[in-house]
Amino acid sequence: MSETQRQSGVVDDKERRRELGSYLWGYGLALALTLPPFALVAWSDWPRVTLLWAIGLCALVQVVVHFRFFLHISLARQKREDLHLILFSTLILILMAGGTLWIIFNLYGRMAPAMLP
Amino acid sequence: MTTPSRHPGLNLGRAHPEAHHACEGLVFGFWVFMMSDLIIFGLLFANYVTQLDALAGGPGPKDLFEMKSAFIETMLLLTSSFTYGMAAYCLKYRNGRGALLFWLVVTLALGLSFIGFELHDFRVTIDKGGAPSQSGFASAFFGLVPLHGLHVATACLWMIVLIVQMLVYGLDTGVKTGLVRLGLLWHFLDIVWIGIFSLVYLGGLA
Repeated sequence: MSETQRQSGVVDDKERRRELGSYLWGYGLALALTLPPFALVAWSDWPRVTLLWAIGLCALVQVVVHFRFFLHISLARQKREDLHLILFSTLILILMAGGTLWIIFNLYGRMAPAMLP
Repeated sequence: MTTPSRHPGLNLGRAHPEAHHACEGLVFGFWVFMMSDLIIFGLLFANYVTQLDALAGGPGPKDLFEMKSAFIETMLLLTSSFTYGMAAYCLKYRNGRGALLFWLVVTLALGLSFIGFELHDFRVTIDKGGAPSQSGFASAFFGLVPLHGLHVATACLWMIVLIVQMLVYGLDTGVKTGLVRLGLLWHFLDIVWIGIFSLVYLGGLA
């Protein structure tokens, strides 16, 4: 502890700048991933499926950006339990949400084709 | 030279030893709640997708949604996430309360205007014939988006309480750990909003 305290001035200043930079980068990247999808839907004449893929991709990257730069979650520095909890929740979410979509759309395909997109 | 992270969100670090220590358990518990909330929202998203064509002859996304207000709401919430980040930064590195209070008030104002725009949107949606009782689609919409709005409203209330506590008790450990937890909720709600504006609004209008 005493050794780290001696260096703490330097470390704190580095950490301070890194954390300020993190929020600024996060905001900049989030804007860069938010504005294009809105612009595309408003002004482009891309086919619908291409548009949906572009929107989905931007959203996915933006979620990662928010986790990384606003919530300060990175794979390398995170504590084990926190990371396990995130991975476990993601697994549950994929099982439940993916399972819902699978079952319901399979049902639509067999019984109510009009409900399919 | 980066110190390992003890919990999600901004770590208060050595300058706030007592609060930093107290945060570890508290924030982990709060993070468990956040993750359970993530699953609720994820399932409401899945439910919304299954109801996309369940219009029952009523209006659909293209009739109900307005791109302009969705865009304004998105900008308000994204900017508020950044200003909350600035508040957390001031909490950690500035000694006084002035800058922290400034950023918190800015964040609160952005959050409240977001709720204002959203309430106006819901009113418009209902006026256009998209009340929750109209169709499966309208029910799914009103199950998902207003629940997020309710979360934002609750977070605003929490922020007001924390500001009052800060003014009355000063920046003690309880207030500091509260601000760290509210930060998690606030950033998390912005992540849920990414899903809402992408899937519900842009997906519906594309």
